[in-house]
Amino acid sequence: MSTIEAAAENAHDAHGHDHDHPSFLAHHFDTPEQQFDSGKLGIWLFLVTEILFFSGMFCAYAIFRMLRPDVFEGCSQFLNTKLGAINTGVLLFSSLTMAWAVRCSQVKQDRGLVAMLAATLSCAMIFLGVKAIEYSHKWEMGLLPAGLYFYDPANPHPESHTNYLFYICLPFMILLGGVVAWLVVSLATRNKFHVQCAMPLTVAAACFFVGIGLGMVLESGGSEHAADEYQAHATTELEQTAAIQLVSSGESEVLESLATESNTGIQSELSARQRQLENAGTAIVQEGDEIAGAIVSVEENVMTQRKAGVFFSIYYCMTGVHAIHILVGIGFLVWLLVRAVRQDFNPQYFGPVDYVGLYWHLVDLIWIYLFPLLYLIR
Amino acid sequence: MSAGSIPSGDQIKDPGYPTASENYLTNSKGALSWLFTLDHKRIGVMYLIGVMTAFFAAGLLALLIRLHLFRPDGAVFTGPEANNWYNQVFTLHGAIMVFLFIIPSIPAALGNFLVPVMLGAKDVAFPRLNLSSFYLWVFGAIFFVGALMASGLDTGWTFYTPYSTTTDTSVILATSGAFILGFSSIFTGLNFIVTINTMRPPGMTWFRMPLFLWATYATSIIQVLATPVLGITLLLLIAERVMHIGIFDPEFNGDPVTFQHFFWFYSHPAVYIMILPAFGVISDLISVHSHKRIFGYRFIAYSSIAIALLGFLVWGHHMFTAGMGPMTTIIFSALTFTVSVPSAIKVFNWLATMYKGSISLTTPMCFAIAFIFLFTIGGLTGLHLGTLATDMHLHDTYFVVAHFHYVMVGGTLVSFLGALFHWWPKMFGKMYSETGGRLAAVIIFLGFNLTFLPQFVLGSRGMPRRYATYDPEFQTLHQISTIGTLLLGVGLLVALFVLLRSLVKGERAPANPWGGATLEWQCTSPPPFYNFERPPAVGDPYDFSDIFWDTENERYVTVEPDRKIAPAEQPEPAHAEGTH
Ligand code: HEM
Ligand SMILES: [Cu+2]
Repeated sequence: MSTIEAAAENAHDAHGHDHDHPSFLAHHFDTPEQQFDSGKLGIWLFLVTEILFFSGMFCAYAIFRMLRPDVFEGCSQFLNTKLGAINTGVLLFSSLTMAWAVRCSQVKQDRGLVAMLAATLSCAMIFLGVKAIEYSHKWEMGLLPAGLYFYDPANPHPESHTNYLFYICLPFMILLGGVVAWLVVSLATRNKFHVQCAMPLTVAAACFFVGIGLGMVLESGGSEHAADEYQAHATTELEQTAAIQLVSSGESEVLESLATESNTGIQSELSARQRQLENAGTAIVQEGDEIAGAIVSVEENVMTQRKAGVFFSIYYCMTGVHAIHILVGIGFLVWLLVRAVRQDFNPQYFGPVDYVGLYWHLVDLIWIYLFPLLYLIR
Repeated sequence: MSAGSIPSGDQIKDPGYPTASENYLTNSKGALSWLFTLDHKRIGVMYLIGVMTAFFAAGLLALLIRLHLFRPDGAVFTGPEANNWYNQVFTLHGAIMVFLFIIPSIPAALGNFLVPVMLGAKDVAFPRLNLSSFYLWVFGAIFFVGALMASGLDTGWTFYTPYSTTTDTSVILATSGAFILGFSSIFTGLNFIVTINTMRPPGMTWFRMPLFLWATYATSIIQVLATPVLGITLLLLIAERVMHIGIFDPEFNGDPVTFQHFFWFYSHPAVYIMILPAFGVISDLISVHSHKRIFGYRFIAYSSIAIALLGFLVWGHHMFTAGMGPMTTIIFSALTFTVSVPSAIKVFNWLATMYKGSISLTTPMCFAIAFIFLFTIGGLTGLHLGTLATDMHLHDTYFVVAHFHYVMVGGTLVSFLGALFHWWPKMFGKMYSETGGRLAAVIIFLGFNLTFLPQFVLGSRGMPRRYATYDPEFQTLHQISTIGTLLLGVGLLVALFVLLRSLVKGERAPANPWGGATLEWQCTSPPPFYNFERPPAVGDPYDFSDIFWDTENERYVTVEPDRKIAPAEQPEPAHAEGTH
């Protein structure tokens, strides 16, 4: 690659081109303003694609909320509003520090810039820590996407379970260990640049565990009770499930025997039939002897795999994709931080900070929508 | 205009030929200088090689499909797995053609080469992003090949649920591939929008842009706005398969038709990603080879944007039979009709451009005329499908197959070939054999019609699509179609041969072999790696009045009347241009 650039410069020489391009100005731009405007338009377009990307899931949310309002109401009780609120606050604060960082880069306050980027990073880590508590808690209770869902109201906290929290924390522990080691080595070798990079990163990495601690404290006194209360009110109709059974007509038995592992066609045929029956629910009186007494209940239990599952699927998809965006943002922030320590930015060239800032605000904004939609509306 | 001899005494402007150290193909050497290049022209050439390879692979699969259908009980695949094989072959044919060939063909391969040069810029706005788009394309392609190697794919290119969530074939690999390709496409579109918005040199106003750039701009808007929705759809599909999230699965209260809505929200606009650049190409080709100003420039420009926006409102016409409400279907049907209006505007404008032009029947022009014929048939049959009453009958029959092949092959592929022949001298600096090129165009035109016209008849008689075997009553038509395919294949091979031969035996191409007035003809063939030494003087892209045929040197030259003479070209001292 270097050969190409070298060649480019030579040729430009040969053609009498000038060399007053500052080092931060790419060769194909004429002025820093043009470069900045291009980047700005580019990032805005990228944000538009991000919004559309999320919009697919918002649509899914809207569709299923419309179809099953009761499910969404029942399930959102299981989300801990306090943790959500804390995270909202943390992200809002990080937006402030990010905006501040942009300002610092514009007026060439390099130390302020590093500090603000570090603060933003720390907030991001706290957010992830709290999220880790939320996720691991739900996984232990079996509040999972439809296919994996195993929550049992009678026994909401099954004893034998994997320690999910540990597995989530593991990579962050390694990360923390890594940056601490980096800090120690660079302190020992007195490498100023490395110390300046490693120090804020260590603080940020440690903040993940601050988030974990915060989450643990709040979760223990959390809105779990709300969910329990809801459970108490909801009539426990396990009978309802009993009502939903296959008609044992001759044909379906034949089909069942045909539905071997490999025969996906008949399997899906069977499941489609089952679904139809379930949809028909208790309203239709069926012939056949294995039908338990049909109970038509006004208030049904929504905490079943078929119902709550979709809520949690949407919950995990939305917050999961959002968390991935936070992770990507963290990557960008680290990159900025290193460049800030290197003093790359100046009033003529602060584009990258500005662009990452815009991205970060969007990620916050999406959370601002997710929080009420998933946690609050009841 | 072009016909007369050069007025004497005037200033002739011709950039001459590039030296080896300027020529973008030779200015640096070695495989790495290509693989890590940030030069948009080289990236364009790499894309070109990539998409042509994909086209070749998918073309072979198409040949297999057609040969199989030569006999009612299937001629190629036999044994108990015959139908499975057939399903896999048509799925991969469709998926590779759509995601790896047609979508990147004109925008990514030719667009990358042409957009900055036509604009008079040095490069696209984000060269690194541009290179990463290319590598994303490569990764996406690898995933597709992986799916092929693993356990194939038999869902059709549409990945419809619930089948795609239950089949045992490698849906996850293929959808990941399509997801990655989506990002490649988004980044290309984003890059072009920014380039066109911010990198235009002085004098290049919006309405002095060649229509190809307008079309690229409209395409890019769709790429940026529609592709993310495909991305999330495929992600949800993958999640459905991995974790059974249930959104598309009736077993968990989900809804498979939601998938269709999501899918077509992208994929209908995507058909305009395929055709809009073709419109742009044809606008330029028709005007240049008729040596006449394009008729209705603004109409063509605005209709591209109109198509881009209207295209977002009609996705439901793929789902008329999927159980939408009657009101919804009527609205979608009405909107579908509106979208054909801007397309028709373009066709009329092209015809009006040719009217009383001095048409040179060069190879690119042959393709352009073929395009007008074929696209018109394709577009008009779209109206049959957009009409509710007829679509009930025609949906999922060979009529649909014929319709979209007329627009995608007759439209996009033919214009891609036209564009390739038109800009080939610019890209590689070689002239090809005109006779050979025209011959290829004619064979392709005949072969194509022989293949797909019978399919309209088949479809309206009730032959369903995606079937490995059929009723003997359809045999004759199917056989005609298969013979047409062979002819089409021969035509494509002739075209390939003509182009490749030109690289070895072709004459050196002049800067302006066709008499075009857009900026790319003002730099050498092939262009120097920096495109333009200084921002070029931008004129009217469709004003051919000062372009003349230079019989002596077999080239077109721009002639400037004496009074307009700028200071003659002199070697400038270094740092003379320090105006930044
Ligand atoms: C002129 C305006 C057009 C109209 C009114 C139109 C209308 C339609 C309709 C109604 C269908 C659905 C038929 C069915 O499944 O029952 C359809 C299918 C299709 N059209 Fe078009 N179309 C137009 C142009 C195009 C263009 C320009 C392209 C691509 C370059 C295209 C590509 C396709 C494809 C790929 C399908 C089939 C998708 C599938 O089911 O696999 N169409 N068109
Ligand atoms: Cu469509």
